[in-house]
Amino acid sequence: MRLPLVVLADALGSHHALAPSGPQAGTIARLWWLYLAVVAVVCLLVVLAVLLAIARRRSRSSLPEAPALADTARPAAEPARALRTLDPARERRALRFVTASAAASAIALALLFVESVVTANRLEALPKSDALHVEVVAQQWWWEVRYPDSNPSLQAVTANEIHIPVGRTVVFQLNATDVIHSFWVPSLHGKGDLIPGRPTSLALRADRAGVYRGQCAEFCGNAHAFMAFSVVAEPPARFDAWLTRQRAAPAPPATPAEQRGQQVFLNGPCSLCHTVAGTTAQGHTGPDLSHVASRSALAAESFPNRRGWLAAWLLDSQHLKPGNHMPAVTVPPADLHALIAYLESLR
Amino acid sequence: MDPRASQLLLLSLAAIVAGACTREERRFSDLAVWSQPASLPPIGQALSPDAVGAAQPLSRPLAHSPYDGNAYAVNEGKRLFTWFNCTGCHAQGGGGEGPALIDRTWRYGSEPGAVFTSIVAGRPKGMPAFAGKIPEQQVWQLVAYVRALGGIVRLDVQPGRSDSLSVRPPEVMLKHRNPPSPSLEKPR
Repeated sequence: MRLPLVVLADALGSHHALAPSGPQAGTIARLWWLYLAVVAVVCLLVVLAVLLAIARRRSRSSLPEAPALADTARPAAEPARALRTLDPARERRALRFVTASAAASAIALALLFVESVVTANRLEALPKSDALHVEVVAQQWWWEVRYPDSNPSLQAVTANEIHIPVGRTVVFQLNATDVIHSFWVPSLHGKGDLIPGRPTSLALRADRAGVYRGQCAEFCGNAHAFMAFSVVAEPPARFDAWLTRQRAAPAPPATPAEQRGQQVFLNGPCSLCHTVAGTTAQGHTGPDLSHVASRSALAAESFPNRRGWLAAWLLDSQHLKPGNHMPAVTVPPADLHALIAYLESLR
Repeated sequence: MDPRASQLLLLSLAAIVAGACTREERRFSDLAVWSQPASLPPIGQALSPDAVGAAQPLSRPLAHSPYDGNAYAVNEGKRLFTWFNCTGCHAQGGGGEGPALIDRTWRYGSEPGAVFTSIVAGRPKGMPAFAGKIPEQQVWQLVAYVRALGGIVRLDVQPGRSDSLSVRPPEVMLKHRNPPSPSLEKPR
């Protein structure tokens, strides 16, 4: 079960805070490299100073020889005189050196602090005119994604796979229904918490097309480790086409197998939790399945969206993602094949 | 520490740990609780209460609730109580369209099998039949929670706080204990 996650991460491409694909992640990465440079220099200097101190102590030690074993019986009558006498000139030099080092450290810290504040301001300054608004509602343990529109019938709802246009600012409105989660796409931005009852927002822009993996960055329960998502940045024309398809209801089932599968879906437990647009399945506790076949992975990017995985997920989801809220779907084999055919038709 | 005292401490710790095991274990994939597919009605068949009640033998003896001693399952039942909109008629146990569940009156009895049948086969005067809609493991979790609302389940297994705005004390603080025998409400 672990191997597919690794394979999927590679297949999904960048998931790396130091491989930024947008201005926000770029700003954060620059700050990170600055800190690394300053801290590396300081670390090197400190190590050198320690080595130097050890070397100098060895070569110019003025402490007396350790007393012979027989002498320890005698009480230490002259401990004070055994200490090295202080050399005023050397002490003045040492004091100047320590003062200079302390001042340099303070200045370096102040500069780093100023740079942090500048970075935070720069992150807020991303232009948000003509931004695309996307609502992300985190639930245990999946991501509900809504593309709102002033016309309610043009609203699109999907899950776990967020598409955005390249080169355009996207403002994410973040909310949660149960516990605190955190929205983190390392290649595009830092983390943004999704707090129940307290909406937050996160603005970012992808400057390169690609699939960027994200994951929940705040421990949220049993299946927190299996709560990933992907941000697919694509050219504006492709994004518009995708959004148009998402807004529309899926095509009705065509083949007899798909139609039987739809009956299984509507009469069985599926419709109690899931929504398929255009049908009577209007459950809102699980992910929207209207276009589930158009997604590249299932169960919050836990495994690829392929027939075998889908069947395994339906039959025993607890084995793949322990603790998640999806129960096992116990249907006879013929019904299972029909159900899978139907789900694969929901593009 | 004198040896007898330390032995006593060890024994009591062992007793606590042994007793706590079933309370805390989380059986996500509880194959033993599920019925065989044959006991679910065939897809597409009418799900009238009579047909379901007549066709389906209960998968467990009436007296046994698999989740009465399991705090995780009772809490899952609490979650499902809201998810499947039991609150729509029963509110948070106080009732409304449907009868109250936090009182001492059990129209059809408080045995696990009776509550299971209520959920799966429905009851007159408006309780829907959820056979084939709610998987059996989740029905048993709901059974455990309904019995917890009624005060039958052990105190240390009851949910300790609500996950949403509280409209009543949490289950562990509801001051009621049900008699085990069913009592019938006066017909309206």
